[in-house]
Amino acid sequence: MTDIATSPPIDAATAPGSGQRLRTATQIYMYVALILVAIIVVVPLISTALGGFKSLSDLRGNPFGLPTEWHWSNYGDIIVSQRYWLQMGNSLVIAVLTVFLTLAFGAMAAFCFAHIRFFGSDYLLNYFLIGLMFPAATAILPLYIRIRDLGLVDTYWGVVLPQVAFGTGMSIMLFRNYFRNLPSELFDAAFVDGCGYMRFFWHITLPLSRPIIATVGIISFVGSWNSYILPLIMLNSESRYPWPLGIMIYRGEFNTEWQLVLAFITLTILPTIIVFFLAQKHIIAGLTAGAVKS
Amino acid sequence: MSMSETTMPGRTYAAAKPRATPQRRKRSLKHSKWPVLILFLPPALLLFTVLVILPMGEAAWYSFYNWNGYGLPEQWVGWRNYQLIFRNGAFSQALINNGMIVVASILIQIPLALWLATMISSRIHGALFFRLIFFLPYVLADVAAGMIWRFVYDGDFGLVGGIAHLFGAEPPYWLADRDTAMYAILGVVIWKYFGFHMMLFIAGLQAIDKSVLEAADIDGATGFQKFRLVTLPLLGSTVRLSVFFAVVGSLQLFDMIMPLTGGGPSNSTQTMVTFLYNFGVTRMQVGFGSAVGVVLFVICVTLAFSYKRIFMRHD
Repeated sequence: MTDIATSPPIDAATAPGSGQRLRTATQIYMYVALILVAIIVVVPLISTALGGFKSLSDLRGNPFGLPTEWHWSNYGDIIVSQRYWLQMGNSLVIAVLTVFLTLAFGAMAAFCFAHIRFFGSDYLLNYFLIGLMFPAATAILPLYIRIRDLGLVDTYWGVVLPQVAFGTGMSIMLFRNYFRNLPSELFDAAFVDGCGYMRFFWHITLPLSRPIIATVGIISFVGSWNSYILPLIMLNSESRYPWPLGIMIYRGEFNTEWQLVLAFITLTILPTIIVFFLAQKHIIAGLTAGAVKS
Repeated sequence: MSMSETTMPGRTYAAAKPRATPQRRKRSLKHSKWPVLILFLPPALLLFTVLVILPMGEAAWYSFYNWNGYGLPEQWVGWRNYQLIFRNGAFSQALINNGMIVVASILIQIPLALWLATMISSRIHGALFFRLIFFLPYVLADVAAGMIWRFVYDGDFGLVGGIAHLFGAEPPYWLADRDTAMYAILGVVIWKYFGFHMMLFIAGLQAIDKSVLEAADIDGATGFQKFRLVTLPLLGSTVRLSVFFAVVGSLQLFDMIMPLTGGGPSNSTQTMVTFLYNFGVTRMQVGFGSAVGVVLFVICVTLAFSYKRIFMRHD
């Protein structure tokens, strides 16, 4: 902690509410620090993207700078290749199915826990919360055997269903807390008007729950889009591989041609980066708030 | 079936009850809780039980057998799998590495995140831009981050090699050297996750009541005093949460290691999960791998429980 304690930026930083104007020297100091960190974050990404345009010998002598000669074909060949689109498609299908089921099953179960007291409801809720405590990797071998015995190895469902199962704890927790904080007058009024649980769920709870649907949806989408260990174990055919597995295969295949691997990485992370910049407010809020609350 | 059975806060059904009695019989089916319970609970319950709880129980069972996953487990070996785990040098290395990740997170990542958070929270131009950039690595897949850094660390084609070249030095091969590989990985872990912790701190800082800081101003506190005596104590719960995430994340770390080193060279960068994968899954040693899973489970649950008991009691 000493580095924090002795560094001047804190001095100014903790005084935002007091309305003091930051001293120019401190401000410069802060910008230098922030820009330095930003460079460390961005340089690996930019060199990866630029490296995709280089030739291998160019990369060897000049890993940082602009390409001496722009090899558009590195990117072009991948863009027109079937494998790239196939992997993106696989990832998308798996992620969309995962998100949909995580939202549906989670919201439905959470609705029961939020509004209905039944025999053992507290125990059942705690039972679901066990799932928050350990990663999917712990029971990966028995899980694989179970998926195999269900005949789901090498299918999308073999990846989707475990992902949904491991997401239910988080999903139920977030939905339940949100449902319980909706104004209770709504429930009273609906009940008096003769609205049953089902209609209440469809017509009142869900339309009011957009923020939490977005949060749970973002968490499970990002988790599924980036997931590696489950597809690695459950899928055998390359035609069903999502892109994180695809990167590993590609790297294995073009072991000696870093420039192609770099172009491939760039193209596979490009959708994430574009979506992140477009929806950054929601994504940052969803991923951090969601983590804190569950 | 009565309304008082609901758990909605602020129940004031008592007054409405007598008035509603005549119509209530008519509505009773609609208001019954059973149809909704029977329709809404089973999907989550079934999936969770079959794919989370049962496999964990089966892992405990399989861990006492020597089994390749086909047929039924028949070769009972007692505690041998567990003995093998604790005698395995790669496993103790994995434990040490998981510990190192937590320590690095507490000593470097969290202070860094807090420092950046305080700067970004003060009114500066471009705060949003920096927030965006710092959070970016967190949304990238671990596999992509690992592969990018494999390129960065590459001695022949990568950035580290390029820097060494500039100074006319021999290029280092950090990932191939068992003395440096783990430190190189720690660098990637911090690069990838500091933005997440920073966002936790930014949220924590926003929750601090500004009038407390103003009061400290009036009392003549210096900036550093304010930070140490006001801001930091008020961020206590955020710091504890941040450490908790670092511990949990460390125990799950796998995706990033695979493209970087795969656990090598000579097992110097194994984590609990890469150990499970390399020694249990790839060799289809179901009994041994399950035993590793059980050990990991016990560690996760014990840590989560005791940490929440001890440090997060009041949060």
